[in-house]
Amino acid sequence: MKHAFTAAAAAAAVVALTFLVLPVVALFLRVPPGDLLHALGTPAARDALLVSIKTSAIAHAAVLLVGTPAAYAIGRGRFPGRAVVLSLIELPLVLPPVVAGIALLVTFGRLGLLGGALDVLGIQISFTQTAVVLAVAFVESPLYVRGAIASFESVDGALLDAARTLRAGPFRVFARVALPLAAGGLGAASALALARGLGEFGATLLFAGSLQGVTQTLPLAIYAQFEVDFDTALAIGALFVCFGVAVLLALKVVGGWTRSVSLLTSRFVSSPSA
Amino acid sequence: MDPLRLSVDVPLRQFALRVELALGREVVALVGPSGAGKTTLLRAIAGLQPARGAISVDGDAWLDSMRGVDLPAEERSVGLVFQDYALFPHLTVRKNVEFGRRGQDGLLERFGLAALADAKPRELSGGERQRVALARALAPDPAVLLLDEPLAALDAHTRGEIRGELQALLREADRPTLVVTHDFEDAATLATRVGVLVEGRLRQLASPAELVASPADPFVASLTGANVLRGRARATSTGLTELELPSGELIRSTDLADGDAAAIVYPWEVTLSRTPPDDSAQNHLAGVVASLVPVGNRVRARVGPVTAEITAESSERLGLRLGDRAVASFKASATKLLRQAL
Repeated sequence: MKHAFTAAAAAAAVVALTFLVLPVVALFLRVPPGDLLHALGTPAARDALLVSIKTSAIAHAAVLLVGTPAAYAIGRGRFPGRAVVLSLIELPLVLPPVVAGIALLVTFGRLGLLGGALDVLGIQISFTQTAVVLAVAFVESPLYVRGAIASFESVDGALLDAARTLRAGPFRVFARVALPLAAGGLGAASALALARGLGEFGATLLFAGSLQGVTQTLPLAIYAQFEVDFDTALAIGALFVCFGVAVLLALKVVGGWTRSVSLLTSRFVSSPSA
Repeated sequence: MDPLRLSVDVPLRQFALRVELALGREVVALVGPSGAGKTTLLRAIAGLQPARGAISVDGDAWLDSMRGVDLPAEERSVGLVFQDYALFPHLTVRKNVEFGRRGQDGLLERFGLAALADAKPRELSGGERQRVALARALAPDPAVLLLDEPLAALDAHTRGEIRGELQALLREADRPTLVVTHDFEDAATLATRVGVLVEGRLRQLASPAELVASPADPFVASLTGANVLRGRARATSTGLTELELPSGELIRSTDLADGDAAAIVYPWEVTLSRTPPDDSAQNHLAGVVASLVPVGNRVRARVGPVTAEITAESSERLGLRLGDRAVASFKASATKLLRQAL
């Protein structure tokens, strides 16, 4: 009886693993690696790569710059409504990205909440590269901020107190003690957020459109090339797999593997794209 | 005028911490059970815990609720040695010690840490960590030094030696120093005065010898290591007081008391024998040997309700084993009676 269950559980594990890995392997088996590399050289793929790198870099830098101190304030602070704030941060994670796209459109679009004010200033956001940056930042920032909050929460409060009794003001406590001690978790959260941002599809499509060389990011290029040039679509897909593997390896190197990954995956069951 | 004066009030979950204390350039220890508010008091002095009242150091107000003064922790000249030391794990010994103020070669040297300057805290022994924590706290030359359970993180066998070392370092630091501990022996070794803190109040503040000689209540007595036997006291015709224990046994004391009371007997006043001895001691309690713990050249033995401290040699001669029957004897004149705190 015991043995039967053990065998059944093992079989289930094999089924699950095969189901998860087989499609990824298939991505590489359909077309020879040389052709895949070649397909990445097509204008559509090249343009999409550039747009993705540029928009992701800007969005990610902004998320780190604003998200890190924000996470510190929320993670170490004790204030009324803290639980509500934490839930609000997690809300975008459970929203379908398409909904995020509509939400951004009715906020920053020409007829949106801030559209009139932006129009007066001569700024148009929707269907520009700025829109891509906003869409990417919107979907990846909750992932980073929530992970960063957890990292700051896990720093032993006695160490921060010790720094204060050694005459360190708030900024020095943050920079010399909290930041280095949370670095592993911050790195892990950053890598996961970056991967999530690069894969963003739905919000970008609705809010920024899919204009090659301007707003067409890699995931949008896969969709656009799907019926035109299947090899290019496959090649971009393979590129994502390579990037994903690199992110996971980086996480392992950072050492935050068991803690941060289990923490992030258990809290947010979100698909990498729309 | 004392360098450190404080009168603070901190509401806690179960009770309010209310302490008034004045320290000269001396080491004062606060002992008490866990949850008595000892750590909270240190944190309030350091500015890490909101408190009401007044704290002044060399005449400077750190806290004065009446005048709205409440300096943040980083502006109070205080060195705090945390329980478990709270060393920065990502910094070397040198960087830890120099966190508060640079250029501490002399201090590293004096604390025997020069050779360990480039080591990380996780590579250090408990005693070394403690020295780093103390050196780090002293580096900015604080006006007040606070230590939270500085010996609790150490192994039993290194503890005695490190306690002696700490005593010398604290004496050398020569400034108002408040040490928190749950161990009376640690307190008595390190401090010139010991305060007993229970449920947020100072029950007694006196020299260690005074606390042993005249504890204010049964709790203070038990904290100093005394046997505390509770019962009902009544005067006898011989001028002695007789205390009837719940077991029905009688204990005689030369002290006077009436009603609910506690008999206080120190372990070193208790002798052990196999059979009831024919001696001058008035009190003989027979019981089973429930524990035998060697402490250096002595043995602490628990017989019935009483702990006795006898020499290892005597224990050997009696051939005491766990489960044996033995008799604990102590004189009526070595038995103090205290009114029972209700």
